[in-house]
Amino acid sequence: MNATQLINPFSLFFASIITSNILLANFLGMCSFISISKDMKSSNGLGLAVTVVLTVTTGINWAILNYVLIPLNLEYLRFIVFIISIAAAVQMLEMIIDRVSQALYLSLGIFLPLITVNCAILGVSLFMEIRGYTFVQSLVYGLGSGLGWWLAIMLLSAIRKKTDKSKIAPGLQGPGITVITIGFMAMAFIGFSGMLAVQ
Amino acid sequence: MSSPSAILKENIWTSNPIFMQVLGICSALAVTNLLANTMIMTLGVTFVTALSSFTVSLMKSLIPRKVRMIVQTLIIAFYVIIVDILLRAYLPDMSRALGPYVGLIITNCIIMGRAEAFAQSNPPLISAWDGATSGFGYMAVLLAIAFVRELLGFGTVFGFQVLPGSFEPWIIMVTPPSAFFLLGIIIWAGKTVMNREGAAA
Repeated sequence: MNATQLINPFSLFFASIITSNILLANFLGMCSFISISKDMKSSNGLGLAVTVVLTVTTGINWAILNYVLIPLNLEYLRFIVFIISIAAAVQMLEMIIDRVSQALYLSLGIFLPLITVNCAILGVSLFMEIRGYTFVQSLVYGLGSGLGWWLAIMLLSAIRKKTDKSKIAPGLQGPGITVITIGFMAMAFIGFSGMLAVQ
Repeated sequence: MSSPSAILKENIWTSNPIFMQVLGICSALAVTNLLANTMIMTLGVTFVTALSSFTVSLMKSLIPRKVRMIVQTLIIAFYVIIVDILLRAYLPDMSRALGPYVGLIITNCIIMGRAEAFAQSNPPLISAWDGATSGFGYMAVLLAIAFVRELLGFGTVFGFQVLPGSFEPWIIMVTPPSAFFLLGIIIWAGKTVMNREGAAA
């Protein structure tokens, strides 16, 4: 716990985008990652939505954990509480965006329901709890993980534009080649781990 | 479709959740570095899938359609908390090794997928069987990945040294990318065999 307190928010931010990328190093958020990355425009929308939701929910869950669950000794309820607070935050965000900007709602709104069951969102909250981050660290970690996820899905959808048109062995078409591509991306991202690491 | 053995074959082979649908790999791929972790993790997933399918099917007439997603999530979360508490009590080391990934069983798409696709429209017992067999199909693929990763990454199988001491461990097998490569290869092999079967039939 004491070790994590020392990580300065700046390096935590970059580490969570690149070397500890929530998707490529922790395998979280894969389901929507593989299905949505077929289309670049949707990938961009979903990436933005994930980034916003991650930052907001990690902050909210930090507050709930430290001001409600720990004082009341109810930590074993954290899974249920986190998932409810994520669902509620997503619902509220949907309503706010609907009010504030119709254009943003049209581009982002359809992705919001998908996000409640995105493993990355719950995953970041659980990592935040296990590593004992402070409030600032949690916000930075949430934002960085979201940006990292966004970057990864944009890169993958750009690569898939090429691979979808290439000649590939029949058994490897579709998900097969996509998963192997993700493997190469993961190697590239993790190659930076000599510079920064948070784990 | 409705007989138990047909469901078994379908869930383990012809529509295996992983290599046919690429679902639910989020929460479990991360723990495939060791066979023992994978075993416990996939047993947990199987347990949760079977029981939550059973419960969803039992309660399907009571749940209003509009809120069914959140109710299903709560049912799943309930069983995941049971798994988490059992692990903490009886296998504390394993619980620490799995870290946040036990909680992430909640967002495993397979569980929600089976609840939506099967348990919503079938009686409880057969739904539980459908959930359990989906879990087995999932377990089979992940154990295969974990076997290769542990054997080549550490030279062991379930923690027992099998390769001679002179064997140089493959660092790549310990790092995340290898899980993606192995999964890709398994999907490739599975689909190729299936295409052949399809051509022969």
